[in-house]
This record gives sequence, C-alpha cells and structure tokens, in this order.
Amino acid sequence: MLRGRRRMECTLDAQSLISISLRKIHSSRTQRGGIKLHKNLLVSYVLRNARQLYLSERYAELYRRQQHYPDGGPLLAMPACPPPAAAPPELAALPLPADTQDREARSCAAARGGAELLEVPVCAAPPELQRAPCRDSSPGFYRAAGSAGPGGGGGGGSSSSAPPGLLYAAGCDFGSGGAPHCSSRTTVLDLDTHVVTTVENGYLHQDCCSQCPCCCQPAPGLASPPPTPGTKRKYYPGQEEEEEGVEEGEPGGGGVAGGPPFAPCTKRARFEEYSAEHPQDSSNISNLISIFGSGFTGLVSRQQADSEQPLNGQLCSKQALASLGAWTRAIVAF
Amino acid sequence: MAGVAGGGGGGGSNDFQWCFSQVKGAIDEDVAEADIISTVEFNYSGDLLATGDKGGRVVIFQREQENKSRPHSRGEYNVYSTFQSHEPEFDYLKSLEIEEKINKIRWLPQQNAAHFLLSTNDKTIKLWKISERDKRAEGYNLKDEDGRLRDPFRITALRVPILKPMDLMVEASPRRIFANAHTYHINSISVNSDHETYLSADDLRINLWHLEITDRSFNIVDIKPANMEELTEVITAAEFHPHHCNVFVYSSSKGTIRLCDMRSSALCDRHSKFFEEPEDPSSRSFFSEIISSISDVKFSHSGRYMMTRDYLSVKVWDLNMENRPVETYQVHEYLRSKLCSLYENDCIFDKFECCWNGSDSAIMTGSYNNFFRMFDRNTRRDITLEASRESSKPRAILKPRKVCTGGKRKKDEISVDSLDFNKKILHTAWHPMENIIAVAATNNLYIFQDKIN
Repeated sequence: MLRGRRRMECTLDAQSLISISLRKIHSSRTQRGGIKLHKNLLVSYVLRNARQLYLSERYAELYRRQQHYPDGGPLLAMPACPPPAAAPPELAALPLPADTQDREARSCAAARGGAELLEVPVCAAPPELQRAPCRDSSPGFYRAAGSAGPGGGGGGGSSSSAPPGLLYAAGCDFGSGGAPHCSSRTTVLDLDTHVVTTVENGYLHQDCCSQCPCCCQPAPGLASPPPTPGTKRKYYPGQEEEEEGVEEGEPGGGGVAGGPPFAPCTKRARFEEYSAEHPQDSSNISNLISIFGSGFTGLVSRQQADSEQPLNGQLCSKQALASLGAWTRAIVAF
Repeated sequence: MAGVAGGGGGGGSNDFQWCFSQVKGAIDEDVAEADIISTVEFNYSGDLLATGDKGGRVVIFQREQENKSRPHSRGEYNVYSTFQSHEPEFDYLKSLEIEEKINKIRWLPQQNAAHFLLSTNDKTIKLWKISERDKRAEGYNLKDEDGRLRDPFRITALRVPILKPMDLMVEASPRRIFANAHTYHINSISVNSDHETYLSADDLRINLWHLEITDRSFNIVDIKPANMEELTEVITAAEFHPHHCNVFVYSSSKGTIRLCDMRSSALCDRHSKFFEEPEDPSSRSFFSEIISSISDVKFSHSGRYMMTRDYLSVKVWDLNMENRPVETYQVHEYLRSKLCSLYENDCIFDKFECCWNGSDSAIMTGSYNNFFRMFDRNTRRDITLEASRESSKPRAILKPRKVCTGGKRKKDEISVDSLDFNKKILHTAWHPMENIIAVAATNNLYIFQDKIN
C-alpha cells in the first residue's frame, strides 16, 4: 500500500514516526478533557502505516540475508507469522486507570496495528520462511530457526494464513462470547532471557483467563443485547454510563461476577503483580504489546512515566524495533 | 447582492473589496487559553453574532441600527450580552475532567422578543434565553424600593405598582439543560427546520432531542462497533437539512458523508446516500487517513448542495451525486509536503470550519498565519486575505495575500516556511444576507464587510 508513497520532504522515517505517535498516544492520556477518540484513531492509522513500512523493509532485509545464507546460517527464525502476543518476560503490564475512553483509544491503536501486523508478513514474508514448521495450527509465536528455508517440512504454512481478525475474535473476546479460547498452547524459551513463556492462541495465559470468565468461572450474561432493529432506542440518562461500564469497563474477569480467581502464571512475577490489579486491561496490553514489542516498559511503567515522559516514545519504539532481533533467536522449547 | 471578493487583479464594475470593520478582543501578545474563540455564529437575521470561547463563555454582539447621517457606513457590532455558559466539570465515575470549552453555538429562529440559542461543550447542551429588560416595576406594597421588606403593620394603604423605564439590561438565563446523553465528545449540534427538534453528535452516536424535553433523547445513529477494537471511523460533524426536517447528514473521519432519512427507519444506521470520492492512489502517504478526515460539513442555504472541509481542501457536493464532489477547492496545497512537520506539532489535527455566503455563490474557510480563503463558485476565482492588526484601520481595504510555494519569492509574497502555524483561523461565519464576515483569529474576532466601489 505504501509503495506509491511520496517521499516526505522532512526527514522522518518510519521509526521516528512510530515513536512520535506513541508519544502522542501517551500524552493524550493526561490531556485535559479526557482521551480524544478521534485524534487517537488517526494517530493509530499513522502508527499502522509506519509499522507496515518498517516491517516490510525489515522482512525484505531478512529475506535478502537469507538469500546469502541459504543453509540457515545465523538463526533467522523470523516468525513466519508475527507474534500476536509478544510479551517477553521483562515486560511490565500497563498500570492503566480504569478508564473507558482510555482503553478504547488504546484498543483502536491496537486494532490498527495489530490487524495489519498479521497481514503484512503474509505479503512480505518470502515463501521459504513460511514453510518453517509450525507446532500447531494456531498462529505460532516462536518458530524453529534452523529450519528456516526448505529444510522445514512439517507443519506447513498454516500459521502464515492467520486471519487478520484472529487476534480479536478468537480467544478471549468476552464481548462476543462463545469463541473458542485457550485451545492451543505454545511454550517458548527466550534464549536472551532464558525465561519460558506459555502462549495460548496468541494470548498469554494470564490475559486469557483473566478476561474470560468461562475460563475460570461461569460468566453471567454481561453484554447487553443489541437493540432490535427497527425500534427506536429510548435513552434514559444514567443508563448509558451503566451500559458502558458493563460493556467495556469491567469485563467479567474483573468485576461483575465478583471476580474469578486470577489464573496465576508463576513464572513472571512482575507481570502478575500488575495484572492482578488490572485484569480487565490485559487483553489490551497484549494487543498493544504485540505491536510495540517488548519495549513497552519504558513507556508505561508508573515509576518511570513522569521522569522519562519526553523520551518514552523514543525508548519504546527503539526497543520495540530492536526486540525483533531478540525474537528471532528464540526457539520452541517443546 | 452578495458577491465575493474580487481577485487581486480586480476589474469589472461589479467587483467589490473587503474592508476592515472591527476587531474585538485583547491586543496582548500573551493570549490566555480561556480567551481563545472556539465558535462563531450569526443568527438568522444577522443582527446578532455569538462567539464561544475555551473558558466556557458566550459573548453576543448586536448590530447597531444604521445611522441615518452616515448611510454608507454599516451598523457596528457591539457587545450585547456576556455570560458563562459552561463550567469545567469532573466526571467522578470515569475520573475525567470535562472541558468547559464551547464547541458549538446554534441559534434558534426567533419566535418572540427573546432570543434563544443552544450552546454545547463536550458533554452537555444548554438552551439559553436572552431577553431584554427595559422596564422595572416600582411601588410595591410589601417591600421598599431598595428591596427591604416592609413591616406589614406599617402598611396603611394599597397601591398598584407601575412600570417605569430603566436602562436596558440584557439577561441570559439557561432554560433547558440537556445532559448525560453522550459518552463521547460532542462535536456538533444542529437545529431542525421544524424548530422543535435538534440533533447532537459525538464521535460515535447522534441523538435527537426535543427542545422542550431534557430527560430523554432518541439515539438515531450509532456506529459504535460491538468490539471497540474494530473501530475504524468516527463521526466528525452532523447537520440537519435546511428544509427537509427528516434529512440529515453526518461526516466521518474516513472522508465519507452519509445522508440519512429519518422516515426510513427509527435507527438511521443505514444511510440513504453515501458520498465518497475515491482516493488517488498516487498521493498515498503516512498521513492519508488524517488529511482525508472531514472536519466540517455544511448544507448550502438552498439545500441542494453541501460542503465538506478536510485538511487541505474544501469540496462542494451535489446531493444528487454520490460518487464525487462537483467542485474541489485547494485551500493550502503547499502544506502537502509539510505533513510530517504538521503531524509532529499537531497542526495536522486542526479542525477547520467552512461556510457559505447567503446566496451560496461563495464559500469561505480558514488557514494558517491568520489567512482565510474565499472561493467564488461562479467565476472560480479565489482570494487569500489576512486578519491582522496591521491592516486594522477603519475601512481599510484588505490586500490579497499570496503564499510562495517555490522558486523565487516575489515581493509581498510569504514563503511557506515563514507561515505562523500558531495563528490559525478555524472558525468563520458569513452574514446570512449581507457581505459581512466574522473571522476568529485565536482570541480576536475580526469583522470585515464589503465596500462597494
């Protein structure tokens, strides 16, 4: 889509745009008057565009590198499909206020980048890489490196055909309910940090269970039914806020049913500590994480936020983009 | 009688020129944020001009009667009423501060001696009654002239109070408060031609109100997706058709306009007409989505056309043709190569408004550096003028301005890099019948009018 893009007169490249955009999203949280949905939506589009360009350039570069080393020299292991929920252990969860608009603004950002994230490598990833073995049929997380290229055989390219909507529709979309979730797991070992991560259906196990009441306990009917087509919706003051609260404010995991027991994943204490406080934000965390990679810590950690605010966007994007390299060195443990 | 400013070249006996008339507001270099004007609107007769600012205040100017001794000089606008419309609020449930900034003012057609207008901030719409009091009752029985109660035992005789003239006092009182109907930020209000109902639009929903009823509104458009992560566009502006009380339009952040007919169904999520111009793929950039977002939509007075403003252009649409606009005017195309910088400094998110003149033969919109642009739809001529203190001498003719886009800069031209992007004209209004325009430049309101040669 961006091939016909006219080069800007200014010197901003995709990486700078990403960091600028992240900074805008971050600062919008503290602006007077609350999150501006419109502006954040537009910023998320820029993020998506910049991310697409960056990824396509990156994949093109990796492909070129692979051409030079057809026997799989440096461990490529680039994800045949991009990690939908990349949460390397050093990531701390977002300490988010329970703020509907806040969450929605981030969701939009997530939606923009995440959906595209799934699509791009399908176009840009060369066929050899797509044949890397996939452990199971769900979008994988880390894939065997050494078999990048024709040596892969096995699993086939199912992972490369991840439908764009999978990230949201499947798994723990409690709003629509009923979608299968927690149905497949991948356990990975990050060779950089030597930490094992369990990924289910693209979500961290914690995210999944914290958000899906059916995972942990039966969910009451939470989503209010959509109005029957053809009937005028009568609105009564006060009702709207309740409705909002039910729909997005406290997903079942969090508040309405008295809170399911939080499914612990003991291996990453730091993540857990934040997630326990904000279970309802986990899905958004993982969505955003999937876009911004492991470098989100600097952007959102409460302690750092104030002091590092001007640099946050910069830190985040650099880490995010740099961490792509880290991912490429992980392998599937079992 | 309405025309448009003649181009720089002049010529033609029908041409006229724009002259400075008045400027309202402080001259200080340091502008308080609360004084920044956020909306400007003439009433139906043009005798009243209302402004709202970021501090939640409304100032209404009234046009003086024409002075018989100076027949060529039009009536001036002087302050008629000032009141605090909205105060900052805090939503404790969501930990959100609600700004008091007045987003829009819309006048109601006048039905009696009083004037009514709707003003809105992000969350609450208020109906204000502005009425004059020039008589006072005197001679009460139970209280003295200074208001102190009289001792009933001292009253020995009864009298009938009489009305005596007093200095004119203009009172503004809130008659209705329409609250708690919008989860997202209200961007538009529009009074229906039936004079009984009006709509209010936020990012995702449009509600229909009756002016008399404050505890209930009907939701007529809802584009909120079941899963917020699937959100791709928001509502940016909405307006009722000037004559057909069942028709309204709303614009979106994707550059599309939907026309809805309230007769077809109670919930107008399905549009009757869908206006969209296909995107030119060769101009695709990082910022394509942002610059295609529509910031304002206005019906022509005739009701046959509508105009939309996006970041770089103004488009006129024929309601009978959905696939493309009938006219497109470039406002400041030289900014297309600066979009990166404008994104960095947030200017790319500025929401410019646009307006028609009374006869729909001309349109006007704002730009940066306190420039504003006018386009004559018949002659296809356009002009750039500046609202500045320098050209603020009484009846001084405004000189057309030109931006140099490349190459050698001619005398009197200004280069793109010299433009002051902090001086933006977002809000303009055109008198419904005459060639008088009101231009809001940050905290100043400029009034210009034509000077017939």
